[in-house]
Amino acid sequence: MKADIAFGQYYEGNSFLHKLDPRWKILFVIFYIVVIFLAKNVFAFALLILSAVFLILISQIRLRTILRGLRPLIFIISFTALINIFWLKGETLLIDWWIFHIYLEGLINALLIVVRVVILVVGTSILLTYTTTPIALTDGLERLLSPLAKIHLPVHEFSMMMTIALRFIPTLVEETEKIMNAQKARGADFSTGSLVHRAKALIPILIPLFISAFRRAEELATAMECRCYTGGEGRTRMNVLHSGWRDLAALLALCALCAGVILLNIFASGYTLAL
Amino acid sequence: MSVIINAEHISYSYPADEAERPVEALRDVSFSVAEGEFVAILGHNGCGKSTLAKILCMILQPGEGTLSIDGKDMTADDITEEDINQGRRKVGMVFQNPDNQLVATIVEEDVAFGPENLGYPPEKIRRRVDWALETVGMTKYARHATHRLSGGQKQRVAIAGAIAMHRKCIIFDESTAMLDPHGRKEVMDTITRLNREEGITVIHITHYMNEATMADRVLVMQKGGIIMEGKPAEVFSRTEELWAAGLDVPQTTELLWHVRRAGYDVALDIFDPEKCAAEIARALKGTAHGRDNT
Amino acid sequence: MAEITLENVTYIYGKGAPYEMRALDDVSLTFRSGEVTGLIGHTGSGKSTLVQMLNGLLRPDSGKVLLDGKDIWEDPKKIQQIRFQVGLVMQYPEYQLFDETVEADISFGPKNMGLAPEKIKEAVARAAQFAGLAPELLKKSPFDLSGGQKRRAALAGIMAMEPAVLVLDEPAAGLDPGGRREILGRIREYQRESGANVIIVSHSMEDMALYCDRVLVMENGRLVMSGTPAQVFSQADALIAVGLDVPQITRVARALQDVGVDIGLDIYTVKFAAQRLLSGREAHEG
Repeated sequence: MKADIAFGQYYEGNSFLHKLDPRWKILFVIFYIVVIFLAKNVFAFALLILSAVFLILISQIRLRTILRGLRPLIFIISFTALINIFWLKGETLLIDWWIFHIYLEGLINALLIVVRVVILVVGTSILLTYTTTPIALTDGLERLLSPLAKIHLPVHEFSMMMTIALRFIPTLVEETEKIMNAQKARGADFSTGSLVHRAKALIPILIPLFISAFRRAEELATAMECRCYTGGEGRTRMNVLHSGWRDLAALLALCALCAGVILLNIFASGYTLAL
Repeated sequence: MSVIINAEHISYSYPADEAERPVEALRDVSFSVAEGEFVAILGHNGCGKSTLAKILCMILQPGEGTLSIDGKDMTADDITEEDINQGRRKVGMVFQNPDNQLVATIVEEDVAFGPENLGYPPEKIRRRVDWALETVGMTKYARHATHRLSGGQKQRVAIAGAIAMHRKCIIFDESTAMLDPHGRKEVMDTITRLNREEGITVIHITHYMNEATMADRVLVMQKGGIIMEGKPAEVFSRTEELWAAGLDVPQTTELLWHVRRAGYDVALDIFDPEKCAAEIARALKGTAHGRDNT
Repeated sequence: MAEITLENVTYIYGKGAPYEMRALDDVSLTFRSGEVTGLIGHTGSGKSTLVQMLNGLLRPDSGKVLLDGKDIWEDPKKIQQIRFQVGLVMQYPEYQLFDETVEADISFGPKNMGLAPEKIKEAVARAAQFAGLAPELLKKSPFDLSGGQKRRAALAGIMAMEPAVLVLDEPAAGLDPGGRREILGRIREYQRESGANVIIVSHSMEDMALYCDRVLVMENGRLVMSGTPAQVFSQADALIAVGLDVPQITRVARALQDVGVDIGLDIYTVKFAAQRLLSGREAHEG
């Protein structure tokens, strides 16, 4: 009933992945992406698929949830797959009818690319968004980037901005809904008419929304000042991030995966990705 | 008992906005609050009570007059940012809109915000946060999302955030105005408990009369000045003056006022329905000798 | 005449989700024309959902909402027309103000109705008068008004559509006693002048007692009590059982009965209590 928007889509849980240090998780995701792009042949991809299945299993997140996360990508996935199927030329001609020439290589290439995209999305969302709260992510990012503060990059300010944005998004979504209802009650119509008409119809929503957002910002600034906020300097945090054996284990597992993919690329012979 | 807040002859005008003249919000306001006291400030909208709150929190600088916090003159010429921060560590504020004062998405992280700003070590912050949440009765919501709480719960989190810094005095700027009766009761119970059990000085700005009856002392403001001051009983006895200032009196007082006007000798400063009924019964039964012409 | 009837209305939030909630559960009731009806209940009792049913912001999952006997969802495309007949003033309506001048803002509704310019002008002037906005305020920006004035400007924005049914969700929330009396008095007066069907949602028992002809009490998505303020508030125990309060004066009346001064339990305003308490005695003595 309350506006609960899918920002990050965190799923409460207590798994191995939930307990990883967010700083490491961010690094792991980068590492995992690199490994995914390293994979070149069918065997390396098979290993990647295994790793993704393993991730799904230990995350304790329901398969249905994960598949639902892929739904918005169906179009882009099918598009790349079709391009590969119809445009890639190879040696084994499977279908040759009218203007369609489909080769086995094209088919396999399409399949591998689909697998790559799916693993990319599933892997990163499980590692990051599904098992890490947005606030932990912001926190991890701030601390990872903290060395940059020494060269006067506003790392703290950036992370404070993220925190406040996360805090106020649900509030503003709810507010938008209220204002829309209020204007609808005065006969506003947002769904019919020309594009210009519809854009104009947004004015009675946007103006009150902006005014309210500014008022909120002002009040929040006052409240923060009253709570002795003077910027990042001299500020400590209640939750200290601890890395432990889990992070080490995860790192080792990733290294093993990376090594496995490289070895399979070199020694196993099979269909190799063309793109 | 030592004085925590002392205001002398404070005036404030909002700067002129374009063609209009400066707006006078406070005129020659003087009062002091002792440590451990519960003071209610009453007044209708636009009487200057919110401006006063902002001055007490050092968000606004008074145009004239002096304000001392815990013996330190905050309006002196040589006051530094650091002094003001020291003052804010002693006096905190809880605002009207519960949505606009919470900074973090998770309850305990929000309560930790103040102590984090003071640069305490993590274990100390953790202790303070646990204590503060316990004190306002929100321990079991520590890991909940702030935007999912009810209005009263949000205000209790805001209160926890204010006391987590171990402040001596908390100012409530109409903190109950946007709540439903249930939320209002939650917050009032918390405020009285802070005052009675933790010894925290409370300045409660409100326009709900029954909330003011819980205070040790009531200040009534009108047109930027203090027009009445005293114990709730004393202030509410001056029923006509309160009506003239655009305020209400508790319904018990209003009824007693009618009874008195009809010629019975009754007190006006009774806020409890049972006691009010007893007083009326006493007066009515003693009609023969109870009449005088007030 | 404009009568709104709910027939076995049920509404469920988040249908199918784990947090599914039955906000309205088989509610049947009628809001009669020519009355001010008060709708009370604590937060989450379903009263705000009910209010959004009345002008078609929400559509019942089952059951019917009838305006003068006609189902408002008969033709969903015409739901906008219903919103002109059932004016809804939402909570804190001053947050909906957006136009350059108060006048332009108030005319937003009438314009959407497609009224002719001179008709709009008339409607705005009338609404401003009902809401107690001085003519010189109309040329100002709505953002330069005081809190109470903003609230009344927003109220005028709905009144200008001259709805046969006026629904107000917590019209006095956050206002000081003077502001409360002003806005509730204006609404009462509007009802008397226009004969509209007025529905007020509020938490304040005191306000309900003073300004309503009939009071409905909601709890857990159901209607649990209805009647005149005297009838409803005399059942103090039942009200307290559903987490509501009675006006302080009603408690005094009960306490008076306990100490042997019986002025009846159907007391809900101070004036009424004083009258019952004193009139007999003056007569007796004088």
